[in-house]
Amino acid sequence: MGGVTLSVPRPTASAPDDTADLRVVPARYPWRWVGIAVVLVLLAQFVHGLVTNPGWDWPTFAAFFASGAVVTALGVTLQLTAYATVLGFAVGVVLALMRLSHSRFLRTVAWGYVWAFRSIPLIVQIIFWFNVSYLYPKLGFGIPFGPVLFTVPTLDLFSPLGAAVIGLTLHQAAYSAEIIRSGVLAVDAGQLQAAAALGIPRGRQFRRIVLPQAMRSILPNAANEVISLLKGTSIVSVVAINELFYQVQVIYGRNARVVALLMVATVWYVVLTSVLSLVQHYVERHFAKGAR
Amino acid sequence: MIEIRDVHKSFGPHEVLKGVSLRVAAGEVAVVLGPSGSGKSTLLRSVNHLEKVDRGQIRVDGELIGYRRRGDKLYELKERDVLKQRSAIGFVFQNFNLFPHLTAADNIAEAPVATGRLTRDRARAKALELLDRVGLADKADAYPRQLSGGQQQRVAIARALALDPKVVLFDEPTSALDPELVGEVLDVLRDLARSGTTMIVVTHEIGFAREVADTVVFIDDGRVVEQGPPAQVLDTPAHERTRSFLSKVL
Repeated sequence: MGGVTLSVPRPTASAPDDTADLRVVPARYPWRWVGIAVVLVLLAQFVHGLVTNPGWDWPTFAAFFASGAVVTALGVTLQLTAYATVLGFAVGVVLALMRLSHSRFLRTVAWGYVWAFRSIPLIVQIIFWFNVSYLYPKLGFGIPFGPVLFTVPTLDLFSPLGAAVIGLTLHQAAYSAEIIRSGVLAVDAGQLQAAAALGIPRGRQFRRIVLPQAMRSILPNAANEVISLLKGTSIVSVVAINELFYQVQVIYGRNARVVALLMVATVWYVVLTSVLSLVQHYVERHFAKGAR
Repeated sequence: MIEIRDVHKSFGPHEVLKGVSLRVAAGEVAVVLGPSGSGKSTLLRSVNHLEKVDRGQIRVDGELIGYRRRGDKLYELKERDVLKQRSAIGFVFQNFNLFPHLTAADNIAEAPVATGRLTRDRARAKALELLDRVGLADKADAYPRQLSGGQQQRVAIARALALDPKVVLFDEPTSALDPELVGEVLDVLRDLARSGTTMIVVTHEIGFAREVADTVVFIDDGRVVEQGPPAQVLDTPAHERTRSFLSKVL
């Protein structure tokens, strides 16, 4: 086979512009190692202190951590958190929808609610609902400004736990309404137009199209709220409800082991918060469908 | 089939539609051309009441859109009734607006299920049939993000057809696409036109207009400047404004 032999110069490792055969040296960041060392030393010091300083009083911690009184109180804390979360977000969804509705009347009512309950300190509310029976000893149901059909003693409706749940719920509803509203606003307007153009009924537009997409931005904030609520329930200790924080105060009032008992409460809060963070991770993953 | 009569619409002080009238007969394809900002999209969105017009009336298949006439009064329809009217009018958006958290098949099946026309199983079967029609039979369980722009728009067209609409409106269906993907979407539109679907298409694709349109409508500054068969409007336009627009886009 005759022909022309093209003489193409073969690239060699020694050619200045060819890097194919050269060894790659990764970039090094020596300061990172310094940082790690500093953090490790600080951490070791802290752990060393926890173990060697008798002030932490770990035997007392161990004695009370899973004691009956603490576990019962923990149950109350969980109950308060669960009720206030479920009721607070339920009311919050309604308020958020009202604030987003076409009706100026509904928008104004919802705005007024959020304004009022974000303005009143939670602790004031808790004490108020706890004491509401001094203000209105009996609640009557009937025609406004007309005859009363029947009455119930206020204390029956506002047991201490009931008062706490009402206070936490009303407070939580105002905040969750804004979180839900922000999530809905973050959904692209084109989505609503597409749903409207398809003639999908309004309730279903919200449930099936808007909410699943809004959930992605609602969830991190909502998880924040639930976690903050879990610890915030400690505020109801002011009205002597036997939740976790109140219970450890009672115990250290008796035995004066303040640090050990605060650690009992702290560790429980850390455990519960960690569980919630884990739940958050999985729920967020569920709602990320179609995003990856 | 579609009858638009003397429609006016303002956004604030800016009058976007200044008395537009247009008729599209059943099975006809009207292509609306015009510079951006001329009111084409607003006109299209008025037809399914995504925009409420200030004056004039729009009828689809004889039915007044957005209002009910009783005696000599027009009663504004409640949202629920407007939604019912819309289910007879398919709409395809420039940006597809597929629901990102639903698969292609679920996007299409959503409206028939939501309006109570089909059971979930029947709706899915219909979705698969429509996906096959737009050439995406193998993408039923893909999420929108996993599809190219052209594929997404084809799913969106299938979604608009799921309610067996009397008319389908297309708002610049190819304007958001990469140039090499425009063809596949126009192919689907061409098939639809051939199958006798009544369509209004707002587009800048002059070639498509020439080939598929029964009527070409040129709109500028909120008014219909001229309309007629493609050969007449595109090749021998009567108005200077039409000529200058065509010379820019061709």
